[in-house]
Amino acid sequence: MSEPFLPPQHKEPHEDYLNATYGIRSWLLTTDHKRIALLYLVSVTFFFFVGGIFATMIRIHLLTPSGALVTPETYNKLFTMHGVAMIFFFLIPSIPAVLGNFLIPLMIGAKDLAFPKINLLSWYIYIIGGCFVLYSFGTGGLDTGWTFYTPLSSIYSNSAVTPAVIGIFINGFSSILTGLNFIVTIHTMRAPGMTWFRLPLFVWAHYATSLVMILGTPVVAITLLLAGLERMFHLGFFNPALGGDPILFQHLFWFYSHPAVYIMILPSMGVVSEIIPTLARKPIFGYSFIAGSSIAIAVVGFLVWAHHMFVTGESTYAALTFSFLSYLVAIPSAVKVFNWTATLYKGSISWDTPMLYALGFIGLFLIGGLTGLFLACLGLDIHIHDTYFVIAHFHYIMVGGAVMGYLGGLHFWWPKITNKLYPESLSRLAAVILFIGFNLTFFPQFILGYLGMPRRYHTYPPEFQVLNVLSTAGASILALGYLLPMAYFAWCMRYGKTAGMNPWPATGLEWKAPSPPPTENFLVTPEVNWEPYDFHSRPDLGLAAGAPLAPAHGDD
Amino acid sequence: MQAQLPLYPEQASNFAPHVDGLMLFISTICLFFAVAITLAIVFFFFKYHRHEAHAVGAPFHGDLRLEATWMILPLILAMAMFSWGAVIYVDYRRMPQDTLDIYVIGKQWMWKMQQPNGIREINELHVPVGRNIRLVLASEDVIHDFFVPAFRVKMDVVPGHYNMMWFRPTKPGRYHFFCSQYCGTNHAVMGGWVTVMEPSDYAAWLAGARGGEANPVVAGEKLFTEKACITCHVANGTGRAPSLNGVYGAEVLLADGSKVTADDAYIRESILQPAAKIVAGYQPLMPTYQGQVTEEQILALTAYIKSLQSQPVPPKGAGIAPTAGKK
Repeated sequence: MSEPFLPPQHKEPHEDYLNATYGIRSWLLTTDHKRIALLYLVSVTFFFFVGGIFATMIRIHLLTPSGALVTPETYNKLFTMHGVAMIFFFLIPSIPAVLGNFLIPLMIGAKDLAFPKINLLSWYIYIIGGCFVLYSFGTGGLDTGWTFYTPLSSIYSNSAVTPAVIGIFINGFSSILTGLNFIVTIHTMRAPGMTWFRLPLFVWAHYATSLVMILGTPVVAITLLLAGLERMFHLGFFNPALGGDPILFQHLFWFYSHPAVYIMILPSMGVVSEIIPTLARKPIFGYSFIAGSSIAIAVVGFLVWAHHMFVTGESTYAALTFSFLSYLVAIPSAVKVFNWTATLYKGSISWDTPMLYALGFIGLFLIGGLTGLFLACLGLDIHIHDTYFVIAHFHYIMVGGAVMGYLGGLHFWWPKITNKLYPESLSRLAAVILFIGFNLTFFPQFILGYLGMPRRYHTYPPEFQVLNVLSTAGASILALGYLLPMAYFAWCMRYGKTAGMNPWPATGLEWKAPSPPPTENFLVTPEVNWEPYDFHSRPDLGLAAGAPLAPAHGDD
Repeated sequence: MQAQLPLYPEQASNFAPHVDGLMLFISTICLFFAVAITLAIVFFFFKYHRHEAHAVGAPFHGDLRLEATWMILPLILAMAMFSWGAVIYVDYRRMPQDTLDIYVIGKQWMWKMQQPNGIREINELHVPVGRNIRLVLASEDVIHDFFVPAFRVKMDVVPGHYNMMWFRPTKPGRYHFFCSQYCGTNHAVMGGWVTVMEPSDYAAWLAGARGGEANPVVAGEKLFTEKACITCHVANGTGRAPSLNGVYGAEVLLADGSKVTADDAYIRESILQPAAKIVAGYQPLMPTYQGQVTEEQILALTAYIKSLQSQPVPPKGAGIAPTAGKK
């Protein structure tokens, strides 16, 4: 189509959340969940860049066995800061605080979250926490590993540990408040007719995520605070010389940090559970099993933490218990994958970009999840624990899974958020580049790990070089894959075609609001009288009934 | 022997073939599921591609039998993986009886090894092939981890704890060991080589090795006097603290009525935190030696106390639980 482009305000005469008010104050003091979502979008993208630069330097450094780029001290800081920036300031807030914030009220037919001011407060808390962490990065850096194991972090490290743990402590409250806001909103603000089993699976996933945020985050916040107090005031919590126990730190740390993986992956699963039925135009297979498995993952996920500690010398009985429970948590994840696959059967599958991301997610999550079975296995974990096998495994889950889901979600809801369409071929290409680049980067690391290369090594025996070079080559492809969407998302804000209200079309309530939605979301409070993902009894979508289709995303 | 790009490290211990077998088992199952699901997705992706803009997919919502199948079948396979892994893990953790004990101390950023006869090595470990080797691991500072890929063994070295690991080398040769728990600046160079030797070569090496000046028992005996332990722990049981003759490996009766086996960890704790476990009939008089003795000195003291195993236990003042009057 060769429409003449016009600035958005000419094309969309209605008042929406973007043009309702102007000026920096109207953004920094907004209580509109959609604007706060965009504030988060900008901030998490910034931290993704920070973490990404560290990752790039790590991969360049590992091109040669003796280390190509930096000193050992700097290398240790690079992987630590990469982990801290990516996990606490990008992955954990990414989908919930950006897409969840934007979409949950729209999806359940509400005007905003239950506590709009607390929503804004949680963004400010995130920013303050982020400033502390950036201060730590800027004044000497951080070299403890993102896991902050004691007594290295509390006694022996000479880097800026204190501001970093304070920053993460503060940031934790942002997560807690967001989770609280979501749970209250989902309980109390659903539109008439929006029963629990009509909720989009994205909302179920966020409900489960919020449970983990509320119950887990306080534990890690206090744990890091204790490590900070031990460092500042020599109180003996974890240092054996002061009567503490370093293993206690690991229990407390993983009690949150294992469930934190589910904070990262559950929202992604929610995104995929929206994209697949919508772009296959078919009810999702096993709705209640997908919804229930999210809750099961959140609950059982709290009972597996000590599988990070099979080689610390923990008791054999504890190891057996935690291995057993870790295998149990694999089942609900498997249930999701099977149900998504079954949803594709006899669908009407569009090849639009979000579908490519969703399928890419399944492929990468599949590998990440299955390799979790290796690590949960007591007899195998002894050999592969703390090697590159673990690095590959959790990147498959947290980058392959969570980030593919995040990008898939951005592509899926970008037309709603901005009312703009991004270039299709380029966006499909980016999805393919990401998938290939990701596998090339991280698959060799499974082999490296089994061969025995430990993690967090700035130098390594020469026999590991070939696989490291492959991995770095893959990383450069991967980097291109991440830069492309940023470029065309920015480009289409000005030059993209107008998307319209429901371009896919989809069945969710958020697609009944104008694009971009007005500040109050819905002009009249919607009433829900349809089942989720039901394309057959929805003549308003203009599909099976034969009505003309809304300008779709260039589907052929 | 191995190709340019091997898929697994050399197999040089009793554990290695078992671990690789387990790896093959889990890999096969996972590969089956990965390939099956990927093929299904790719097939559906092309087969059901939307050719007509208004088309809608078939309206079915689920199938309970299918859901049950894909919950129960993976659960059974997962339990098989769990069980096989558990069997091997228990094997790792159950120490055999007739071990050759070597003390390993990790500190930023080196490894110190001590052979039973006192010979010391740094970042090198010599062991005979075919013997059960037990490593007693201690740390002077942060958490380290002793990892030998060719043996498929790994154990954290935790300050304040003794951890044990065992293996039986099956193939002479030199094998990398690594520190596998991040421990600070030079973590990546905190490694070395395990040399597995024929028993006769090992014996010759022990005889000819240098650096064995201090037999740990002798060093421990000296420390026992220097640190004034001897003023209270009098051998004939007349001191203010129990005699240590025969105590190693025996059961000790505590003031609270419970019993504890006097192993390395108990002795270490009694030196560093004497108030933690008080022997029945004695006052908590002993000062702590926390910060005054190094891990190596504790090992020497332990070796000395171990050597008192064969000494006559005095009838009174021994601290050994009366029922366990062995030796």
